[in-house]
Amino acid sequence: MNEPQNKSRRGFIGVAAAAGAGLGVAAIAPGLHLIEVSQANPTHAPSQGASSQVRWGMLVDTTKCASGCDACVKACATENGINETVQDERQVAQWIRKIDLTDPKSGRRHSLPMMCQHCAEPPCVDVCPTGASMKRADGIVLVDRHICIGCRYCMMACPYKARSFVHQPLTAQNPEVPRGIGCVESCTFCVQRVDKGLKPACTEACPEGAMLFGDLNDPNSEIAQRIAREATTRVRADLKLDQGVRYQGI
Amino acid sequence: MKLLRIPFAVLLAAFLATPLAAFAGAPKPVVKIENPGQCIAPADEMRRNHMEMLKHQRDRTLRQGIRGEKASLNECINCHASKTTGTVTGKDGFCQECHSYAAVKLDCWDCHQPKAGKHNAAHAETMGAKQ
Amino acid sequence: MHLEQNSRAEESLFYILAAFGGLVTVIGLAAALYMEHSGHVVTGMNNQVVWGIPHVFAIFLIVAASGVLNVASIGSVFGKTIYKARAPLSGLLALAMLAAGLAVIMLDLGRADRLIVAMTHFNPTSVFGWNVILYPGFFAIVGIYLWTLMDRKMNPYYKPAGFAAFIWRLLLTTGTGSIFGFLVARQAYQSAMLAPMFIIMSFAWGLAVFMIAQKAMFAWNDVPLHPQIRARMKNLFGTFIAAVFYFVMVYHLTNIYFAKQTAFEQFILLTGGIYPLLFWGGYVFLGTLMPLLLIYLPSLNRIRGSVMIAAALVIVGAFCLLFVFIIGGQVFPLDIFPGMQVSSSFYDGKIDSYTPSLPEILLGLGGFGIAFTATTIGVRVLKFMPEDDIVKLQSAGHMLD
Repeated sequence: MNEPQNKSRRGFIGVAAAAGAGLGVAAIAPGLHLIEVSQANPTHAPSQGASSQVRWGMLVDTTKCASGCDACVKACATENGINETVQDERQVAQWIRKIDLTDPKSGRRHSLPMMCQHCAEPPCVDVCPTGASMKRADGIVLVDRHICIGCRYCMMACPYKARSFVHQPLTAQNPEVPRGIGCVESCTFCVQRVDKGLKPACTEACPEGAMLFGDLNDPNSEIAQRIAREATTRVRADLKLDQGVRYQGI
Repeated sequence: MKLLRIPFAVLLAAFLATPLAAFAGAPKPVVKIENPGQCIAPADEMRRNHMEMLKHQRDRTLRQGIRGEKASLNECINCHASKTTGTVTGKDGFCQECHSYAAVKLDCWDCHQPKAGKHNAAHAETMGAKQ
Repeated sequence: MHLEQNSRAEESLFYILAAFGGLVTVIGLAAALYMEHSGHVVTGMNNQVVWGIPHVFAIFLIVAASGVLNVASIGSVFGKTIYKARAPLSGLLALAMLAAGLAVIMLDLGRADRLIVAMTHFNPTSVFGWNVILYPGFFAIVGIYLWTLMDRKMNPYYKPAGFAAFIWRLLLTTGTGSIFGFLVARQAYQSAMLAPMFIIMSFAWGLAVFMIAQKAMFAWNDVPLHPQIRARMKNLFGTFIAAVFYFVMVYHLTNIYFAKQTAFEQFILLTGGIYPLLFWGGYVFLGTLMPLLLIYLPSLNRIRGSVMIAAALVIVGAFCLLFVFIIGGQVFPLDIFPGMQVSSSFYDGKIDSYTPSLPEILLGLGGFGIAFTATTIGVRVLKFMPEDDIVKLQSAGHMLD
């Protein structure tokens, strides 16, 4: 490794600038691409990013949700690399969980998956001191773990107990889903899949087809049409958080 | 007591010289480029600016959802991971070598996976086919 | 206390006290380092009870810090002369305890190494975000206030400084109460009353800490506290204790009235095991009833040291109340599906249990170590001892029988 010298650094910048300008001129000619991406990444342009024209949402038909089944939970854990062993079960991260409900008066039972509701007015975002808890333009609520300080205030604020805290060092993360010690996390609607045009892992894995994912803002999407046609409810609707997740049959 | 001055002076000189010896002889990092010639920018530029590249891109990816930009951490790892250990940390790790020398602590690996390879690649493809 | 008058015994006592405080602090720091290195898996906190014993300690210290400044405010803002002599000690205690409370909270963070991030990324809707401004501002304003009190050149400015300190700490304590008050989904919190309740609690707890510190200093210097000053402070203390009890009562009565809160109140006040025990036995009996009796009952308040016992009991009661409030409020499950019985793998519908771990307790005690050490060194270095010129006060008519 050579120590860069000041003179040669200036010279290099000059040459690089000239080369860059030259390449830029070449790129204007139609059909030519800048050859500067690494070999491992085939040349495709960066995506446009999340857009506020889209609002991702989910519809869960709890009448189809089977009581003992936890396929969605397992799929989430596999996809998102939630695989650490924790001795105290209360310290285990749960991005999605099955809740069994019983009506005490009638005895009617049913079950449903509960995950981050991706509210449009998220209390977790309001209380985060650093702004790590954030809402993306397309409605997905995320934790920016680069600036999360692990104060757990968002966990106190969430009405759905959707957030988990990582209590120990992790080593077996999925490269597409960074998660780590000392930060808070929650369901991301599998944002790494959504950004590729796929559906969240839980939705894919449900054997009964009880979960439907789509763009709430697109009048032609299946989810928007069903919500317009059929009765749906939101959990703790009285809080007026405008969640992206709706349920049927509760 | 005057006799003790000489051994004392020798000891003091040795004590003072040790850090100097350390400075003079600190081993330079051994950086092994597994896939030469394919980096997104020249080595000098990467050495100086990789932290800024990663920092700005992480916000564009996470907060704005822009995928596929060139300074992707996973792509860096896939290319730079040691062929023997499969990772960029640990002994002879690409990132670890320079960062140990420069004494700049890396906390990327608290969250990011330093091992190369698409984890769950097999799982992801069969996800829809499961059950 | 003037340095040139110290006997050797006093010198050694100081060093012993400072060393003891330093040791408690260092043990607390070691505990924090252990927690940060291994992760919170070594603590009793989990995904249900996210704030534990360190937060009980920290919130006590922070609330009492703001309240102990009240003593100075009564002098500077409300013009009560006997309190003016006490203002410097009150300011020192405020700074020491706020630093301690902040240290405990910050060391418990999941990523305590990111404090710079906390200071440079600001979310204006977050009370924690406001605290990043309110707490350093408190240090600065109280620092300036102390300067106006103790530097003769700056004495003319003590009134505006005292007023600024008074207003600032009302904002700060409102913020502390609102940390909980703004949580819409938690049955134990979600109340606008918490902000004024925390302010009143700060008055009582701050005065308790002040009186203990004052007594220690007077005893150290072998100076008696004039009985009339003692009586006035004691009566003020009693008023504050009663006021806190009023707020706690109104808070619980309102909750009991709401059908949706009944289950929670039953748990906290009746069926919850350790929580009703700490509430009734710790806060109501030990922390409110006994101190009030010690303060107001003539047969009891004649006993030597009765006010000190009352102050200590109020602090015990404060910890019990905070434990019930912070931890009891978390062990009770969230009411996600009102009216339904729920169960899950994530402790829905189930009352959690919390056992504080040793590192957490040591961290909390380390906070006390910081406050104690800072105060001990501070009173040794500068002139914080309240000096009452009894003759002057009597002739000016401030000491009416």
